[in-house]
Formats: sequence, C-alpha cells, structure tokens
Amino acid sequence: MNTLLDLGRQSLAGLRLLLVATLVLGVAYPAVVLGFGRVAAPWQAAGSLVTAAGDRTTNPSDAVGSSLLGQVVDDPDLFSNRPSAAGDGYDTLSTYGSNLGPEEPALIDAIRERQAALAEANGVDVADLPPDAVTASGSGLDPHISVAYAELQVPRVAAATGLGEDTLRRLVEAHTEDRTLGVLGEPRVDVLGLNIAVQQADGS
Amino acid sequence: MSAVLPALGQVALLALLLALTVPLLARHLARTYTSEDHLAVERVTYRVLRVDPDADQHWRTYALSALGFSLVGVLALYALGRLQQHLPLSLGFGALPADGAWNTAVSFVTNTNWQWYSGEAALGHLMQASGLTVQNFVSAGVGMAVAAAFARGLARTERGGRVGNFFTDLVRSVVRVLLPIALVAACVLVLLGVVQNLAGDRVMDTLTGGTQVLTGGPVASQEAIKELGTNGGGFYNVNSAHPFENPTPLSNLLEMYLILLVPFAMAGAFGRIVGDKRQGYAVGAVMAVLLSAATALVTWAEMAGPGTAPQLAGGAMEGKEVRFGEAASALFGAVTTGTSTGAVNAMHDSFTAPGGGVVLFSMMLGEIAPGGVGSGLYGMLVLAIVTVFLAGLMVGRTPEYLGKKIGQREMGLVAAYVLATPVLLLVGVAVAVSFDAGPAGVLNSGPHGFTEMLYAVTSAANNNGSAFGGLTSGTPFWNSLLGLEMLFGRFLPMILVLALAGRFAAAPRVPAGAGTLPTHRPLFVVLLTGVALVVVGLTYVPVLLLGPVVESLS
Repeated sequence: MNTLLDLGRQSLAGLRLLLVATLVLGVAYPAVVLGFGRVAAPWQAAGSLVTAAGDRTTNPSDAVGSSLLGQVVDDPDLFSNRPSAAGDGYDTLSTYGSNLGPEEPALIDAIRERQAALAEANGVDVADLPPDAVTASGSGLDPHISVAYAELQVPRVAAATGLGEDTLRRLVEAHTEDRTLGVLGEPRVDVLGLNIAVQQADGS
Repeated sequence: MSAVLPALGQVALLALLLALTVPLLARHLARTYTSEDHLAVERVTYRVLRVDPDADQHWRTYALSALGFSLVGVLALYALGRLQQHLPLSLGFGALPADGAWNTAVSFVTNTNWQWYSGEAALGHLMQASGLTVQNFVSAGVGMAVAAAFARGLARTERGGRVGNFFTDLVRSVVRVLLPIALVAACVLVLLGVVQNLAGDRVMDTLTGGTQVLTGGPVASQEAIKELGTNGGGFYNVNSAHPFENPTPLSNLLEMYLILLVPFAMAGAFGRIVGDKRQGYAVGAVMAVLLSAATALVTWAEMAGPGTAPQLAGGAMEGKEVRFGEAASALFGAVTTGTSTGAVNAMHDSFTAPGGGVVLFSMMLGEIAPGGVGSGLYGMLVLAIVTVFLAGLMVGRTPEYLGKKIGQREMGLVAAYVLATPVLLLVGVAVAVSFDAGPAGVLNSGPHGFTEMLYAVTSAANNNGSAFGGLTSGTPFWNSLLGLEMLFGRFLPMILVLALAGRFAAAPRVPAGAGTLPTHRPLFVVLLTGVALVVVGLTYVPVLLLGPVVESLS
C-alpha cells in the first residue's frame, strides 16, 4: 500500500516533468531546428527539390522531383532506376524493401524475371547486369544506381534518343559521385539529375 | 577486392571520430552525475517539478520514480495515439487502434522503438514531434540515470542503500548531454539533406509525366535524438534507409557515430565515477571487441553474399541502398544491434543468412556492445560481476567487484538479471509459435520465416526495435505480445540493477587481497568477453539452430 502511494506521488512529479519535457523537447527543440533549416538550408529542409531545368526549388509545384527520391522511369529515352518494393514503385506513402530472404523463392524468381527483361531491353548478357539493377532497394526510393548499371544503359538510351554514346557517358560521369572521403559509401549515379541532363541535351 | 579497403576505411574513420570525442564526453558525463551544482535552468525545472534535487533517494524510491515517470509516459503516449484525429498537424490520420497505441506507447517509453506502423501512413507531425521525439529524449535519459545510479552505488560506501536522485539524474542527462548534442546534430543533418518542415503531403509531377507525393515533417529533429538516444524509431517506415532520414554516406557516418557516442562514453564515465579510470577502459574494451567481431562477421557475410538470391544477382544488394552498398549497410547493422538502437539503413530481413544471424545474436547478447545509452553499461557491469563470481569459484574465494563483496543476495539479483531476458525471449517465441496468430504474420517461408518471429521477440525483449520487416506485426496478437516483451524486458532488469546498486551503496568496501581478481587488466577483458559469449550466448544456440543456422546450411 505504501509502495502504491509512493508510486502515485512519484508519478505526479513525473507528470509535471513530462509536461515540461514536452514543451522543451517536443515543441521548442523541433522549432529551433525548423528555424535553422529555414535560414541556413531552406532547400534541404524542404526536400532537395529540382525543376525540369535542373535548378533547385523549394516549391513542389515547380519541381519534377527530389534529388533524394528515385521515381518511376519506364521510358527507353531515359536511364532507369532500380526495382522498387515501395507500393507500385517509388511510392513515398508506402516505403518498403521487399523483406524477402536470400533463399526465398519469390525473390529468386523476381531476380530471374528482372534479369531476363533487362538483358533484352538493353541488349546485354544476363551476367553483365550489376546486382543493383536486379534487386529492390531498402527504402524503395533509392535515387541512385551503380556506375556499372548506368553505363550498361548508355547504348539503349543513345539508340532511343539519337544522342551520341560519348555524350551520354560524359553526362553519366558528370552525375556520378565517388565515395565520400574515399571510404564512405559507394560510387553512385544520381538518376534524376542525369535524366534531366539527358532531356536537356535531347531537346537542344 | 577494391571494395575491402573502403570497408576498412569507414570503420577506421568511425573509430577515429569516437576515439577523439568519447574521452571528452566521458569526463563531461562523470561531472554531470557527480557535480553538486545545479544550472540555473535546472533549478527552475526542479521548482516546477516540486522536487528536491539534492534529496538522496533510497534505491526503492529511485526505482519508483523511474517507474512512475515511465508509467505517465505510457499513458500520455497512449492518449496521444488514441486521440490523434483531434490533434493539430494530424495530416488527416485517424486514431491508432487500441493494441497499436499500447504497443507504440510502450515501445517509445522503453527505448525500444519497435514500429508496427508505417510513419508516413499512420502518424501526424505532432504525434511524431511532441509524442515520440520527447520519449526519445527522456527514455534515453532514464537509462542513463539508472546507469549513473548503479555506478554511484558501486562508488559509495555505507550509504544505507541511497543511490542518488532520479529526477536530478534525468534532468541533467537531458539538459547537459542529450539536448545540446542533438541540437547540433539535427542542424548538421539538415545541412546534409535531412528534411525539416511542417508540410503535409504534396503531389509533384515527375519527369516522365507521372506523379509522386512529397512527404514532409520534422524529420531532422527526430533523427538526431533517434540515434543519439539509441532509440531507433524512424520517422518513415524504412527508417534510415529513407533518403530523407539518411541522404548521404556522410549522414550515415554521423548517424552511426551518434549511436555509439554515449554508450561508449558511459563506460568511460563509469571508470571516473568509481574513481579508477582503468575500470572504465576495461569495460569499454570488451564492448569494442564484441562490436568489432560483429562488424567483421556481418561485413564479411554481406560482401561475400552467400545464398541463392545474392549469388544469382551477383551481390547482396536486395534491401540495400546504392549510396551505402554492402559495407556501410553491414556496419550500420552491427552498430544498431550492438546498441539498443534498432534503426536500420538496410532491410535486415534481406541480409544474407549469416549476416542476419549475427545481428540477431548481437541483440541476444543483451546489447552490451556497447549497448543502449545506460542500459549497455549496466548490462555489461552485471556480466562483470558474473565474471568475478566465476573466477572466485575457481580459486575458492568470496568474489568482490570494486571492493564490494558479492554475496549470496547480490548473486541472486545478478542471476535474476541474467535470466530475465532469456526467459522473456524464449517464452515469447514459444507463445508466438503456439498460436496461429503468430506465424500468420510471417512473410518468408521455411527457417527464414521462423527467424522473422525469433527476431521480433528478441528485438522487443532486448528493447532494440529493429525488425525482420517482413513480419506483419500490426495485429492485436503481435502488438500485445511484443508490448509485454518490451515492458518487462526494460523494467525487470532495471529494477534488479537498482536493487543491486542499493545493496552496493549500503555495503562497506573491503580492501583488495591476494585472492582479488583485478578487473582492469587484459585478462579480465578476455574473461568478461568469454562470459558474455558463453553465459549469455549459449542460451540461444538451440533457437539459432532452428533459424539462421539451418538457413545458412541449406
């Protein structure tokens, strides 16, 4: 009984602490970070949006996407993203990896199907396809592809757009980021940025 | 071969950052928990709380304060979840179901941050910022407070079971440590591309004429404390794999650094509080050894990519992001399960069988490498006591740790602590497989499906929060079961550790004799590492055989 009374008394102090904490940590702290974002990094805070001209914007109605979010590209004129398990593909309201294990028949079948389809679309051998081309990312929103996968798509995009393969390779290179500080992460190609550049080159 | 050097390089960079800053924070932490002075802002807080910050609490009162505060937290978070439709910035999301609100309330208060829901499809901004973010801070603070009380108990002599003041420890943990670091980290994360706004969902017309919804939210402020407090609850369903939570390899490094910073520093602070820095180094060394081993194994598994699907695809990239690749995903996996974080930057369910097995085993060890903020330290110290006890048995002397005799009562508490989580975990798994509702949530077939359930219960009982995400856990059965696992998995060990702290604080200090096992030497580091692996690890060999081991051999 005494213990219960004591627990009640402690809980009351706890309640007061929670209220203070909510004001400081749940309102003031996010607000300060919000203010910092507005002032110091408005573009990043709004979601790293880009326009069709490749310019930065903070207005979603001017944007063709976010440089951090992959999107569905099923256009032979453009570079394709990775397979995505987010909704019907790159659905930001349903972010998912496939969560399929390494021995799961559904995953093995999916990889085989993707290999067959990509080999045909790009006129390459199945063995030449890099792993990221035939696997779904963790987020379902991966904005990048590997350099190998981008280069593999160059002949296809060249044939579809009429742009020279050399031009396209230069564009791929321009949108490739290397490992940060030489050791962090992997070399990667920004697909949206690349595709914007391809469209611009194609239109000019 | 060319990928091996960067894989080692990222570990070296992370280790360097920690080596440079952990000692500084350790000193600051030790001062935080031993200083007699209060900051002005703290004094105001204590006045509002109407508590006396200098009142030295008996361990029972300390425990009741921690329990009472957590109880209030659960009720408040439950209410927020159930009343979400009436909250501002709810984005049109309705109330959480009763079982889901219970699960989430317990999950965030216990520092687990298991998530049955998808953030982007269930929670409004106010629930995230004012409900979950607050618990991210204070649940971490509770863990740190209890660890500080335990260190204090060991440092004190004949103080009648008094171990400090819970409210003072908690307020100081937040004001002096968590909030300042989180604030800086959140701002850096925004600069690196993590979003921070209050916008709702807006539709963008994509490059190829389709549409994509742009989600907004106060992500950076939550992300920083999510890692720093070893919480791990993501703003979005896919957690730190989401480019808005973890946009670049650099943000990825920062997040791993934040996860490891406080747990390692707590080990250093412990040494300072008990007046012998070497004691902290020894404990920290065991943490580092275990974490390094897990990192090496997971990295090897993910980069070698054994298994049918990875071999077919040419690499284990299913569930991984290109910007991180195999190495940074493996490192993050080892870091998040060596601590009680549970954030993920790749889907553990799609890890290779040995890789998934190692992250599972890391959690089973009780998350002591280096563990949660606070809970990692006291978990490791309990194992240190087991170690001196076993060594004492070998030479036939009454064991002692830091001059405190380990008698029958102390060993009773230690044994209960060591057994609590395995019992919760194994009983939980047995319950899960005994009802149709358990396996009903499983996505994968065969042993991998069993591992999904084993992983879920392990994650909940050890307050980790990461998942083999294929498991559909948003059902009344799983929400209830995992809620209970998290609740008991957090507070049973915590009460036992405080009881132990009280006994130590009451006990006199005996001088070290010829039979005393020095607890700061490499020999002790080896013994303690062995005890962690054998005493705790062996308990789980049978269940591991049924899951990841069978899968690895198939």
